[in-house]
Amino acid sequence: MSAFIQYTLQGLAAGGFYAVSALGLAVIFGVLGVVNFSHGAVYMLGAVLAAVLLAELNVNFWLALVIVPIIMFGFGVLMERALIRWLLQLDPLYNFLLTFGLTLVLVEAVKQRYGVSGLPYQIPPGLGGQVTVGSVGLPTYAIFACLFSVVVCIAVGLLLTRTRIGMIVRAATEAPERTRALGINVGRWVTPVFGFGIALAGLAGVLAAPSRAITAEMGSNFVIILFAVVVIGGLGSILGAVVAGFLVGLVEAYGVAYAPAYAQIVIFIMMALVILVRPAGLFGREEIA
Amino acid sequence: MTDQQLTAKTDVDLAQPSILSRRSPWRYVLLLAGLAVLVLLPYQIYPPVAMDILCWGLFAISIDLLLGFTGLLSFGHAAFWGGSAYATGVIAIKTGVPFPLAVLGGAVFAMVIAVPIGYLSVRRTGIYFAMVTLAFAQMLFFIVNQWRSLTGGENGLQNIPKNFFGVEAVETDSFYFYYAGAGVILVGILIAWRVVNSPFGRVLTAIRDNPARARALGYDVERYKIVAFVISAGLAGLAGGVFSISHSFASLQEVGWTTSGKVVLITVLGGIGTLWGGLVGAGVVVYLEDYLASAGISGIAMITGAIFVLIVLLFRHGIWGTARNLVREQVIERRNRPHR
Repeated sequence: MSAFIQYTLQGLAAGGFYAVSALGLAVIFGVLGVVNFSHGAVYMLGAVLAAVLLAELNVNFWLALVIVPIIMFGFGVLMERALIRWLLQLDPLYNFLLTFGLTLVLVEAVKQRYGVSGLPYQIPPGLGGQVTVGSVGLPTYAIFACLFSVVVCIAVGLLLTRTRIGMIVRAATEAPERTRALGINVGRWVTPVFGFGIALAGLAGVLAAPSRAITAEMGSNFVIILFAVVVIGGLGSILGAVVAGFLVGLVEAYGVAYAPAYAQIVIFIMMALVILVRPAGLFGREEIA
Repeated sequence: MTDQQLTAKTDVDLAQPSILSRRSPWRYVLLLAGLAVLVLLPYQIYPPVAMDILCWGLFAISIDLLLGFTGLLSFGHAAFWGGSAYATGVIAIKTGVPFPLAVLGGAVFAMVIAVPIGYLSVRRTGIYFAMVTLAFAQMLFFIVNQWRSLTGGENGLQNIPKNFFGVEAVETDSFYFYYAGAGVILVGILIAWRVVNSPFGRVLTAIRDNPARARALGYDVERYKIVAFVISAGLAGLAGGVFSISHSFASLQEVGWTTSGKVVLITVLGGIGTLWGGLVGAGVVVYLEDYLASAGISGIAMITGAIFVLIVLLFRHGIWGTARNLVREQVIERRNRPHR
């Protein structure tokens, strides 16, 4: 039983990375109709940036948690202005392909600059130990990462439901035409929302830096699982992205624990089942496809 | 956003007969020129690279069959190309049959795994379809990676024989192997061409342009999509099988998502909805990669990625599509010119 609780907590910790990143993916898709293939690459950039800031400028983890998302926001704004913008009125597949090409460029650029071996990153002081409750022992950092992700998800949720900006973004997600008809300039929100989504992926990267190997390829597998997450949750749904993120984290952790050879496959079997039963995803609406 | 087509409508009325219409003699001139290029290619280019161009060309054609003619972007076609590369390799190693038979076995394997993947994927369209196919392909990637006893895991499947009815020249010399392999590829291209120019192909195009109307006319849209998906997977399998025989090697990379992306790049570069464009795109990309690699330039993926970004931004009709549109504009202009 104690082992089961431990796997559950590990799963929730891993799910946090997926939830925060999938949230960014969902917000971007909602407002721009863009499925950002480079989300995994941006997650990788976040981790690499944290490592480089630590090594070159001695910026610690806590500062990186603030600085990296800001830099990634700028990067996202640049990306939207320079590339994404020109294809917004076309089929969403074009931006999917564009961001795929961008992924190749980003991954290869990091590989050329920092090599294929991982960059070092220490677990921040104070979070290095183990927390033991009864017979359950868990790395402190995993608990921190899980709690932090939950806080971020709740904060973003509040931002979207309680503020005027969030209201506009949600309206634009759910009924872009009607929102425009009400005289709200959706176009003005497109760039910052894209930057915000990218910043969330970058934040997930910083969060992953102390506990995972930082390599150019770290986002490659990540982005595929993210896609499984949003397919399971429903691409149009922000709540779906978060719930499915934690769900996939859990399934993955149980898979690693009880059927190591099939751990990665279990996620896709789950996705297949969801498509069979509810093609629009757990929280998705039928019309968004 | 589902009613916008990826095959963006051109300004030129495509229904207008062009010099490439059925009765035009130019058609045969182009066909002969194409065959000449096919025959002479290994004289100009290192034969294994020429073989690669044909394999990737057919692979791209299989993507275009779905994307250009059915309106479905599969981002998981590496599953069929790579799945067949492994299946072909295993068949060739274990049974020692001549390679066209092994390739056929690989293609059948690709079609078999395409049935459940297609069945699940066609429940979604557009961007969803791309993501779902990608995820299923990744599932196969993990299986291939895990099943070490059969696939060699990270080492790949090595020493795949090139048996060809005991003809030693083909089995040992890549120059002669090219012609034997090209035969198989040519069969694949002919199948694709037949499919597109058949009543079945017309239904596919109708589904692409207006699924609701096709359904209203009584066509079982989902079933047509699945059949198109399976045929496309078979063609990708044919290409992947020849590829692995040609290299005597099947690696994990063949089932990875970068392979799925690369073939879409080749298709878009050639021109979506053109069928022949795939061969042109493959020629450019494979030759360029080979050229860069032999020039000792590292970071080829960066260049490929940048090309991808530029094509999607600026050159969406691709090489063949642009050329075709130019020719059509010329013809229409000439026809509309007042007679003296």
